[in-house]
Formats: sequence, C-alpha cells, structure tokens
Amino acid sequence: MIGIGHYVGVSAIMFVLGVLGIFLNRKNVIIILMAIELILLSVNLNLVAFSAYLHDLVGQIFAMFVLTVAAGEAAIGLAILVIYFRGRGTIAVDDVNRMKG
Amino acid sequence: MDFLHSLFAVSAEDLLSTSVLVLLLVAAWGGDKASRAISIVAFAVLVGAAALAVPALTAGAGGAATSAFGGHIKLDAFAAFAKLLIYVGSGVTLIVAPAYFDRFKAMRAEFPLLILLAALGMGIMVSANDLLTLYIGLELNSLAAYVLAAILRADGRSAEAGLKYFVLGSLASGILLYGISLTYGFTGTTSFDGIRVALGTGALSIGATFGLVFVLAGLAFKISAAPFHMWTPDVYEGAPAPVTTFFATAPKVAALALLMRVSLDAFGGQPGAWQQIVIFASLLSIVIGALGAIGQDNIKRLLAYSSINNVGFMLIGLAAGTAAGASAMLVYLAIYVVSSVAAFVVVLALRDEAGNAIESIAQLGGLSRTRPWLAAALAVVMFSLAGIPPLFGFWGKFLVFQAAVQAHLVVLAALGIAASVIGAFYYLKVVKVLYFDDATDAVQGREELANRALLLGSSLFLSPLGYLLTPWLGNLAGSAAAALFHFA
Repeated sequence: MIGIGHYVGVSAIMFVLGVLGIFLNRKNVIIILMAIELILLSVNLNLVAFSAYLHDLVGQIFAMFVLTVAAGEAAIGLAILVIYFRGRGTIAVDDVNRMKG
Repeated sequence: MDFLHSLFAVSAEDLLSTSVLVLLLVAAWGGDKASRAISIVAFAVLVGAAALAVPALTAGAGGAATSAFGGHIKLDAFAAFAKLLIYVGSGVTLIVAPAYFDRFKAMRAEFPLLILLAALGMGIMVSANDLLTLYIGLELNSLAAYVLAAILRADGRSAEAGLKYFVLGSLASGILLYGISLTYGFTGTTSFDGIRVALGTGALSIGATFGLVFVLAGLAFKISAAPFHMWTPDVYEGAPAPVTTFFATAPKVAALALLMRVSLDAFGGQPGAWQQIVIFASLLSIVIGALGAIGQDNIKRLLAYSSINNVGFMLIGLAAGTAAGASAMLVYLAIYVVSSVAAFVVVLALRDEAGNAIESIAQLGGLSRTRPWLAAALAVVMFSLAGIPPLFGFWGKFLVFQAAVQAHLVVLAALGIAASVIGAFYYLKVVKVLYFDDATDAVQGREELANRALLLGSSLFLSPLGYLLTPWLGNLAGSAAAALFHFA
C-alpha cells in the first residue's frame, strides 16, 4: 500500500535533486532552469498528496497557482537568458563571472 | 456582497492593478516615446495608492483590522505602515530613473509599469494572511524584479545581474514553497490564524519544524540575510543604479514585513522554534556584512554589504519577539529606507564628464573640495548607517538593542554592538577618502533638480533634525507593531 509517507519521500528526493542540480551543475544555465522546475514539481507533488490525505481542496488549488506561476517564471528566465546570450555568446555557468568580490 | 466589500477594502491594490493594465495599453500604443508621461502617471498612481492606504494606519491602530477575501488578506496598521514605505521606495525610483536611462537612451515604457507591478505584489505580500496570498504577492514582486535587474539589455553586467537574481530568487521561492507545502501538510491549513492554532504552543512535529525552517530560509534569501546573501553584491553592482535604489528600499521592506508577520503571527505560538534561527542569521549577517565590505572598492557593492549588515541589526528586533522589538524594527526600517534613498541618489550623481557612472571609491578622493555638498550628504549617510550618535541612524540601532536587552538577549545585543564597531570602519573609510585624500576631480556630472531635492530631504531626515520626528514615527510604528500582535 502506498501511503502519504511514500509521496513525501519521493517529493523530498526530487527537491534535493533539484537543489543539487542548481549547485553541482557546471555546464549550462538551461539545466538550472530544469532543476528549478523539478523543485516546483516536487512541491506540487507534496501539495496534492497532502491535499488527498487531508481531504482538503486547498492543496490542489495551491498546486494550480504554483503551476501557473512556474510557467511565468520559466518564460521570464528564458527571456533573461536570451538577452544574456546575445551579449555574451555563451550560457555556460562557469562564464557567468563578470562580477566577483 | 462579501466580495464587493473585499474589493473596497483593498482599494489601494485595485487602483494599482487597474492603472497598470491601462498604462500597459498606453505603453503598447505609445511605445518608448510615452515613457516619461507613463512615469509621471505611475508616480501619481503611487501617491493615490498611498493616500488610500493611510486611513488603515490610524483606524486599525492596535487592532480592529479589516480582513478581506475570506481572511486571505488582512489590512491592519502594520500592512499600511509597510505599504507606505514600499510606495516611498517605488516613487523615489520613478523620480530618479528617467534621467539615468535617458543618458543611455534606454528609457523604456515598461520600466514604470514593472515598478508598479512590483509595488502591487509587495502590497499583497505585506497584507497577506494566508500562505497562498503570501506566495502570489512574493512572486508578482520577484518576477517584476528579475526583469528590472536585466532592463539595461545592452549592458552585459545588467543581464548577468538579472540572470543571477533570477536563478537564486527562483531557488529561494522553491525553498519557501517546499516549506509551505510541508507546513500545509502538517497543519492542514494555509491560513496564518489556522497555522497558529494548529501548531499550538507544545512540542513541534518534525514535519512542521522542517516546514518552518524552509519557510524562514526562503524568506532569508529575499531579505538577503546571511547565509543566503551571496546574490546581493552581484545584483546590486550589476543592476542599473535606479533599479538598485529600488532593490535596496521597497522589496527589502516587503520581505522583512512578511518575515515579521510569518514569524510573529503564523509561527507566533512557537517562538522557541524560530528564535535561534533568527539570532544565528542576524549575527552572521552583521559579521559578514561588516567584514565583506572592508575590501570593496565599488560603492554599489559596499552598499550591498551595508544592506546585509543592516538586515542583521533589524533581525535583532525580530529575535526579541516582542511588540517593542517589532516596533523598533519598523522604525529602523523607515530610517534605513531613507538612508538607502540618500546613498543611491549620491551614487546616481557620481558621473564623469562623459556621463559614465563612477563606482570606484578611490575616484571619490577629495570630493569635499570639488563638490562639498555632495560629499557632505554622502558623509551624513555613512555616519548615519554606521549609527554614530548625533545622526538619526543611531536611533534605529538604539531601539533595536534596547528591545533585545528587554527581551533578555543581552549577549546578542553585546555582540551586535561589537560588530557594529567593525562596521564603522568601512563607513569611516569612505568619509576619509572624501575629505582627506588627494582630489581626483573625477566627478563632473550635475545632478538633476529632483534628485537634489530628494537628497536634501533625506539628508535632513538623517541629520539630528530627524529626532524631531521620533514621537510621530514611534507612535506609528508602535500601533503597527501592536496590530501585528492582535490575533483574531
């Protein structure tokens, strides 16, 4: 029987993978965008699982809002990435270092 | 009827959102030529929104809050106080921005719109009484802020600042959301009142503790408290100066107010669970802010570290967990907003003959001889940020430390005072460069009339004359803080 604990466990693993994807990735900013989506998906999984477990609709409504905002966030992220690429000609993570201190 | 009533209650947000939509159409038709007119209308809209927010400042004093939309939004004196500071920060940005962007021929019609949208989001943040409203407000503000950081598209540093801000800001939102989902799961509700009741005052479950820690970590990112501060210097340096002015004022107020409401209201029954985290973040911010600033030559990076440092002092007020602490924090926040405005108006005035920005502190040598008034204003800001007594910045620090001592956090207060002495070193270093170094004659630009008026007003506020305002400011902050402790 798959219970709430399994859902929360999977969601925690996805969240950690997403965070590691941001910090360990040395290659490409697009991968960071994917990692951010993974984090938001783990949150959604949590919300929907808790919502079903608690017999309370708020979690599912919250998940809808998160999905919507995630779409807007991805659009803005890609737009910023495009102007960054235009100026620099690369989107490698190691090259994002014009400013340091 | 309830819906109509709610719509009337959030009149400031109504005004902001409808005017953003109308101005968006104007911008679409008029193009960048209309940007100046849009800026003026946007400023008027902010003034109108502030006028609509003011009544709640006194009517809701110490309690009697209006809640709207089924308790998702709470319009009390606390929200009104924070909103006024937010509108001041946004309005100042609208005043200083056109002249700056015109020099790069990059004044775009969407700039004032993004500021208005961010102000709307921040207004929702500070009046949120539910995790859902909190999230929506926070994202509306953040999404606008990412674009603002990258708005100077031709400038590589601006795009890089936007990218960094976006990545770390989204990570922060993700962490916050994960905390929200756990809090929801372990309390069964998203409303702040519900969470406070569900958590009670007994021992916290592991899940709820995790939720609380993640929520606090996400918010610590947004207020740029250490150990989540690493984006701040880069974003402050890379973003165009008017945008940095904005970042240093309005979003900081909104995120701190949100943190106060979440800790003192939603998690208010469990001070033991968050107090240690806040104390840790506070001390670390003070130390990192002070030490990190020492080696900086770029004035915008220096101000970024100074903001980290100041956030640390404000968190001392939160760590106290009392109404006195919250009120001290609000006074500190108000003074800090004015100091930031003054500091960045000076930064905007630092230009060479060709109109390029001078950001290196070494090039400010002997500014007191070439531009005495500008140097004097910068010196006042630096002394005030360092908290040196005759200036108003001292008052904020004094109140915060007083609240900490009253709450028996003597060690925290002592460590904070010791660290503020380290902080004074780099503030005074700037003053030394201004007054005692050889003149470099680098600064040539003339500041605009509006900027001069802003600088004069804010310097007078920070000067000892500011103490005339203490009873008034103290009353407002006191009733705002009391509203925060007035639970339904």
